[in-house]
Amino acid sequence: MKLDSKIPSGPLAERWKHYRSTVPLVSPANKRKLEVIVVGTGLAGASAAASLAELGYKVKTFCFQDSPRRAHSIAAQGGINAAKNYQNDGDSVYRLFYETIKGGDYRAREANVHRLAEVSASIIDQCVAQGVPFARDYGGMLDNRSFGGTQVSRTFYARGQTGQQLLLGAYSALNRQISKNQVQSFTRHEMVELVMVDGKARGIIAKNLVTGELERHSAHAVVLASGGYGNVFYLSTNAMGSNVTAAWKAHRHGALFGNPCFTQIHPTCLPQAGEYQSKLTLMSESLRNDGRVWVPSHAEDAQAIREGRLKASDLGEDRRDYYLERKYPAFGNLVPRDVASRAAKEVCDAGHGVAPTGLAVFLDFEDAIRRLGRSTISARYGNLFEMYEKITGDNPYETPMKIYPAVHYTMGGLWVDYELMTTIPGLYAIGEANFSDHGANRLGASALMQGLADGYFVLPYTMGAYLSNEIRHAAPSIDHPSFAQAELRALELQNKLLAIQGKRSAESFHRALGKIMWEYCGMARSAEGLRHALGLLESLHQEFWSDLLVPGALNSYNPELDKAHRVADFIELGRLMVWDALTREESCGGHFRVEHQTPEGEAMRHDENFAFVSAWEYHGPNADPVMHSEALNFEEVHLTQRSYK
Amino acid sequence: MENQSLRLKLRVWRQASAQAKGNFETYELAAVPVHASFLEMMDLLNEQLIREGKEPVAFDHDCREGICGMCSMYINGRAHGPQRGTTTCQLHMRHFHDGETITVEPFRAAAFPILKDLAVNRSAFDRIQQAGGFVTVNTGNAPDGNAVPISKIDADEAFMSAACIGCGACVAACKNASAMLFVSAKVSQYALLPQGQPEHRDRVLSMVEAMDLEGFGHCTNTGACEAECPKGISVENISRLNRSYLIAQLSGGGTSTGTNTE
Repeated sequence: MKLDSKIPSGPLAERWKHYRSTVPLVSPANKRKLEVIVVGTGLAGASAAASLAELGYKVKTFCFQDSPRRAHSIAAQGGINAAKNYQNDGDSVYRLFYETIKGGDYRAREANVHRLAEVSASIIDQCVAQGVPFARDYGGMLDNRSFGGTQVSRTFYARGQTGQQLLLGAYSALNRQISKNQVQSFTRHEMVELVMVDGKARGIIAKNLVTGELERHSAHAVVLASGGYGNVFYLSTNAMGSNVTAAWKAHRHGALFGNPCFTQIHPTCLPQAGEYQSKLTLMSESLRNDGRVWVPSHAEDAQAIREGRLKASDLGEDRRDYYLERKYPAFGNLVPRDVASRAAKEVCDAGHGVAPTGLAVFLDFEDAIRRLGRSTISARYGNLFEMYEKITGDNPYETPMKIYPAVHYTMGGLWVDYELMTTIPGLYAIGEANFSDHGANRLGASALMQGLADGYFVLPYTMGAYLSNEIRHAAPSIDHPSFAQAELRALELQNKLLAIQGKRSAESFHRALGKIMWEYCGMARSAEGLRHALGLLESLHQEFWSDLLVPGALNSYNPELDKAHRVADFIELGRLMVWDALTREESCGGHFRVEHQTPEGEAMRHDENFAFVSAWEYHGPNADPVMHSEALNFEEVHLTQRSYK
Repeated sequence: MENQSLRLKLRVWRQASAQAKGNFETYELAAVPVHASFLEMMDLLNEQLIREGKEPVAFDHDCREGICGMCSMYINGRAHGPQRGTTTCQLHMRHFHDGETITVEPFRAAAFPILKDLAVNRSAFDRIQQAGGFVTVNTGNAPDGNAVPISKIDADEAFMSAACIGCGACVAACKNASAMLFVSAKVSQYALLPQGQPEHRDRVLSMVEAMDLEGFGHCTNTGACEAECPKGISVENISRLNRSYLIAQLSGGGTSTGTNTE
């Protein structure tokens, strides 16, 4: 298969401008006749649905939550980047572009990332106009902060609830279109099949999660904005319902999956406390602006802390190792996420961890409180400190936080071209669901930027290229045989899951899957471990299909059945991730292969062999997937070894 | 504290569907870790029920970090349970004691019909927002974000109102099942910002009308909503809404003249 990324020609900085001016348009009269399905109502989905509806397209949105407002974008804390240069500190579109490419360890497409940086400023303007209450300074101007390893202050924020406020802004724009009947919103619905007619995406089968009924929905194009797949690890910072099912159905129908092994492990999360734990909670990375990360210099001290014989405050400066400041003097506690996460794993593996499990490091505010005063720290991080105390029972003003890395974001996703179309004509993927802009590691405050860039400012243009050719066709009737076949497939799968009647819950399989993925495809990966994981996943797959127990009935409100369906897809995805990790014999960004590191233990890329996007083709749950690759050509950026020293 | 666990008795509301008659069922849990969240305790219950061949308890939940607003539950007679400023997902079992009987019910309100067990339908909230909870601005029309300065005080106050997570605890806590805190929070967010001014009066009238149509009760200023709101939304929002509503009614709707709140 030849992958055509459709990157426009011409100077990098002119491409998007030129593309926008020349992309075919659809007349207002025709837009009324064109229907678009958007699956997922997070930042990408809600902003796309609203913007497409404003243009005149007829839109249907689907979300599994009880309201579009609850999509997991809502939980993003820290902020959103934009190259506004309001702080006069030397920011520019080029700098944001460059840092995103570099931060992604040179595994993203230049043209996409440049476009992202270009539209970033408009996102802020749009959100302000919608009434998003961003933080402001005393003169009434928008405030910015430096965030997650950048040396300029380009991050816009609304306390620790930026994702919430941006999502509510997009939700309000969506609501306006719902009130005008331009958008029909389906809540408590999950996409369970993709419908293809003559090789094009023409609709979906959605399950009404309340009644259990399967519904047919047709359209001229389908947009997947269904988020990332971090829950393949069971424990992650994702919401409980976040799942890969919509994207996986597309993959099974022929949409290639890009860079599946690129996952982001976020360094500042609450450590796991016990087996019963259902999710991990992120503490905003902004905490690293003022908090200092350390572990006891001596393993004996760490052991004493783990056993409760010593407290953090018992250790003087000479017995503490501020390992990020020591190893990376230039960036210190603000090194990118992948670097910070690996460093935490390293010190804990060496026996310096401070939680009873041995898997935690301190994030200490003592110096910051002394320097800035408790009230300043409280103004900056009050809500985060409260949240920490609520969950752990410890007060971070008095005792350092304990943190450990957790799965947070997936840079991989459905492969898309410059127009955000997958390898299936008429099927688009936006936001975290696609693979496109973050390479092998995403910078802090860039997920919100990408989701809204795709939804507000990219997709509404690029869809014209496809839809302008669709104006002669009505959306297919839902009585078309393809719909009946897709519905039957979805029904058979559910019956199959219900019929196993084994002994283990879907949850227990999900936990087992998570353990395999975290152990062998997490922060450090080796060829030997990955091969072992393939075997484990095969057994898990067999056990799942022979020993699963789903209570309840078909055609009813049955969350256990829905969970089992999601876990079935996660198990297949897990296998693909391991394949990808095994094939990529280099370290880059969040993908760290222990065989490929510098003498200092840093990630070592092999650009001569691996400067490409891997795009995988599905051949069945037991057959080997087939890899295609898209070469990454860097015209503007010179590839270097990342260094934050 | 580390390995402590609780033995608990749970009285849980079970109801097969909206039409079915519901009742309390009692379950016992032998060892609930004190560091588990309330929802993780419910997970343990469900695992136990599945093992016993019974149907698990349906309840809404998603982010489990107190921000999506999906979890609900009326715990021991309080929306989101006994901890102030806390959603059910952030409530931890260390706030209960060994041997305690915990009563778990759905949020109860005529406008929030029960779907199953503890899950209720809160789509009335979406419909109220659709009636006017937005600024009319198409993508691409926006001036520079700094073109209109907004005082820090107004921006902060708008943020406080905008922090509502739409969980419905205010309705569940109110003896009249009024949605005034929810509606007034959204109205206030826009009332405090210059972007919200042109449509302010229409917004107030149409959102209140939509609220009434959904069958929410009237506000009698008991303040129970504020007390139970996990995000600390203030009843001052309700006063602001009442003033705005009165003025909008007297002036026959239309656009406001640009003063900050009325």
